[in-house]
Amino acid sequence: MSAAAAAGHALHVLRGNRVSALAAILGLVLVLAAVIGPLLTRYDPVTSDVAHALQPPSAAHWAGTDQLGRDVLARVVAAGRLDYAIAAAAVFLSFIVGAVIGGACGFRGGAVDRWVGRVVDVLMAFPLFVLAMAMVAALGNRVENIVYATAIINLPFYIRFARAEVAVRRQAGWVEAASASGNGPGRIVLRFLLPNVLPAMAVQISLNLGWAILNAAGLSFIGLGVRPPTPEWGIMVAEGARFITVGHWWLVAFPGLALMLSVLCFNLLGDGLRDMLDPRMRT
Amino acid sequence: MSGPSANELLRVEDLHVSFATRHGLVRALRGVDLTIAPGETLGIVGESGSGKSVTALAALRLLDRAGRITGGRILWRGEDIAGASQRRLRGLRGAEIAMIFQNPRAALNPIRPVGLQIADALRSHRKLSPAEARAAALEALRQVRIREPERRLLSYPHELSGGMCQRVMIAMAMACEPALLIADEPTTGLDVTTQKAVMDLLAQLTRAHGMAQILITHDLALAAQYCQRVMVMEQGKVVETAPPAKLFSAPGHPYTRRLVAASPTATSTLPGSRATILGPPLLEVSKLSKRFADGTLAVDDVSFSIAAGESLGLVGESGSGKTTISRLVCRLMDADAGDIRLDGAAIGAIPAREFHRAPQRRLVQIVFQDAGDSLNPRFTAFDAIADPLRRLGGARGTRLAEEVEACAARAGLGADLLSRYPHQLSGGQKARVGIARALVVRPKLLVLDEPTAALDVSVQAVILELLDRLRAEEGLAYLFVSHDLNVVRMLCARLIVLQTGRIVEQGDSQALFRAPQTPYTAELVASIPQLVTAG
Repeated sequence: MSAAAAAGHALHVLRGNRVSALAAILGLVLVLAAVIGPLLTRYDPVTSDVAHALQPPSAAHWAGTDQLGRDVLARVVAAGRLDYAIAAAAVFLSFIVGAVIGGACGFRGGAVDRWVGRVVDVLMAFPLFVLAMAMVAALGNRVENIVYATAIINLPFYIRFARAEVAVRRQAGWVEAASASGNGPGRIVLRFLLPNVLPAMAVQISLNLGWAILNAAGLSFIGLGVRPPTPEWGIMVAEGARFITVGHWWLVAFPGLALMLSVLCFNLLGDGLRDMLDPRMRT
Repeated sequence: MSGPSANELLRVEDLHVSFATRHGLVRALRGVDLTIAPGETLGIVGESGSGKSVTALAALRLLDRAGRITGGRILWRGEDIAGASQRRLRGLRGAEIAMIFQNPRAALNPIRPVGLQIADALRSHRKLSPAEARAAALEALRQVRIREPERRLLSYPHELSGGMCQRVMIAMAMACEPALLIADEPTTGLDVTTQKAVMDLLAQLTRAHGMAQILITHDLALAAQYCQRVMVMEQGKVVETAPPAKLFSAPGHPYTRRLVAASPTATSTLPGSRATILGPPLLEVSKLSKRFADGTLAVDDVSFSIAAGESLGLVGESGSGKTTISRLVCRLMDADAGDIRLDGAAIGAIPAREFHRAPQRRLVQIVFQDAGDSLNPRFTAFDAIADPLRRLGGARGTRLAEEVEACAARAGLGADLLSRYPHQLSGGQKARVGIARALVVRPKLLVLDEPTAALDVSVQAVILELLDRLRAEEGLAYLFVSHDLNVVRMLCARLIVLQTGRIVEQGDSQALFRAPQTPYTAELVASIPQLVTAG
C-alpha cells in the first residue's frame, strides 16, 4: 500500500469517527509535548531552587513549583517522555512476543498449544499489579525492569488474543492457498495470518498503552518504580499528595491530569486505529 | 395497468431504492414494477447486483439503515405500506408475508432448539400456550416432512444438515400460514438432489395452502421449472416479464438472451475445439483412503488416473469425499492409505507439512471454490499472483513483475486491476486472480475445486471457456471437482461419480449423462433443473 493512500484512508476514518479524531489530536499534542516540551522550557526538571519553592501557578511558572522549587510543568513534560517510552517499549515487547507465540499456538494447536494455554491461565490468575511489583522488587527498580515487568503481565492477553484470532482463520481458503503456493508454516503465520490479525490487535495495543502508563506510574507511586529525583508522574503524585491538605493542589493536579488524559486518549483511539489498519475498510 | 385490482396481493409501482455509501448514493432499484396474484409463483432472476434481493427486502421494508426507498408505492392488498409504521409492518411480516433466506443455518439461532424457534414464531403472532405451540411446531415439522420430527423438535441447528435447516426455515415461514412467501435463493449451497426435494416441497406446500410465492434465484433453469411467471432484472430494472416457456424459448430482451445462452444445459458445449491429444499418465492414484478424526470414512479405496492434457471430472453430493480427494491430490492433507504418483514420483509419500519444499509443489496447483475466501485480504492481486512465483519460481524484480503481468493477462486480468485488494474486485475478477495464481508457476496438473460455484452464469461461462482454452494451450491436466453436472460435462470428457467416499460409476461423460448405470447417478442427473423441459 502506498503511504499516500494509507494517509488518505486514515483521514477518512478520522472524519467519520469524531471520538477517534479527538483522541488522535489529543494524543498528538501529548506526545509532541513529551518529545519537544523539554527542549522548549527554560527550567531544568531536576535542579532545585529552594528560594522559589511551592509557588502557585503564575506567568513565570505556569503550573507552579514544587517543594524544592522545581518547575512542575517542566517535570510533567519530562515525565511524559519517560512514561510514554516505558509504556511503548513494554507494549511493543509484549505485542511482538505474544503475537508470535499466540500465532504459532493458534496455527499448530496440539500439545504445545495446550501447555502454553495453561501457563497463560496461571499467569492471568495472579493479581497482575502484585506480580509486577514482585518482579520489580526482585530484579531491582530500574527503568528496563519496569518495562520487562509490564511486558510480562501484558503478555498473556496478547497470546490469548493472537491465538484466538489466528485459530479462526487457520481454516480459511487463503491459508490453504498459501500452502499450495509453497509457503511453510512459519511464513504462513508471519506473512499471512498475523498481518490479518493486526487490525483487531490494534485495539488491544491502544488500550494496553494507556494501561501500561498507569501501571508504570502506579509502580513508581508506591516506590517500586523509577526513583526520585527523576521526574515521573507516579512519583510526582506521590510526593505532591503530602501537600494537598495544605492547599498546594498544583503538585498533584498537573501530573494527575496528564496521566488521566493520556490513558483516556489511548482508550478512545483504539477503534479508529483498527479501522485505519484494515485495508477492507478502504474502497 | 392503473389502480389496484382486488385480485392482487402485492403490487409494487415504480419503486426506487438508493444506498448511501462512501462514494455517494448508489441507485439499487430504478423504477421496479411487479404484481403478484394470490396463489401465483413469480420468479425473479438476475445476476448479482441486479437488485432482485433488494426488491424483496424493500417490499418487506427490511432494508438495512443505508438503504432508503426514494420513490414508488408498495401496495399490500391495496394498502400502501411504503410509509407504514414499524408496528403495522411487524403485524404484516411473518403473519401475512414470510421470507426464507439463502444459507438457512445462518438464519437460525444456533443456541436454541429448532422446535422452540418454530414455536417462538408461532407465538409472536397467535395466542398459544406453550403446550399448544409445541404441538403446532411438531405439526409444522411434519408438514415439511423432516424425518423423526419428534426428535428434531429438540435438535440444535448444528445437528441438522443444510437441507434439514432449510426445511426448518420453511416450517417457520409457513407456521402462520402467510399469504405470500418470499424465498431468496432458498437452495443455493444445497446439493442438487436436496435442492429438488426442497423446491418440490415448497411448490407443494404453497399449492396446498393457496399461497403466493416469490422465488428469487440466479438459476434460470430453477425458475423455469417452478414459476408461472418469471421476471428478469438487470441493474435495478425489470427488463422482461413472461411465462418461462416463452421467456426461455424466445427471449425478447438482449440481456435475457445473453443470460439464457450462458446457462449451462444438458447439451451446451464450449466453443472451440475439444480435441486433445492425451499424453502418458500424469497422475496415478491407487487405493486412496482417508478417515477423519471423528471417525467418518471420507475417502474409501479410490483409484483413478489422469493423462497429461486430460480433464477428469469428479462429481458427487456434499459428503461424497470429492473435496477431500482434491486436498489429498494437492498434498494439502495426508491420506491414511494409498499411493499418489505424479509423473512417476510417489508424492503421496511426502507428508503434507513438508510438501511445500518438494520440487513437485510447483507441478500440482489448485483453484479454490470460493475465490473470495481463497485470497488473502491483505494481499493485492499482484501480491497474490506473485507469491507462488517468489516461493516456487524463485523469480525476483522486474522478471517477477513481467511474469505476473503476463500470467494475469492470460487469465484475462488487466494490469490496472493488479494493485487492487480482493474486496475491491468483483467475483469474476477474484476467480481470475485465483486461476492466475495457480497458473503462474506453470503446473502440469490443476485441481479445480468448484471454481465457478460462486459466480454468476455469464461470468461462469467466460471462466469455463478460459479454463478450456488454457488447457488446450498449455497442455494442462485438470481434476475438476463439482456438484454441477452440467458444468462438469462441458469441461470434462471423462467423469467419476462419488458417493460416500467410494467411486460408484465412471466413464465417458456424454454416455454417463445419457444412460447412467447406477440409480445414484440417475438421481443426480434427474435432479438437475433443465432450462428446456422435456416434451
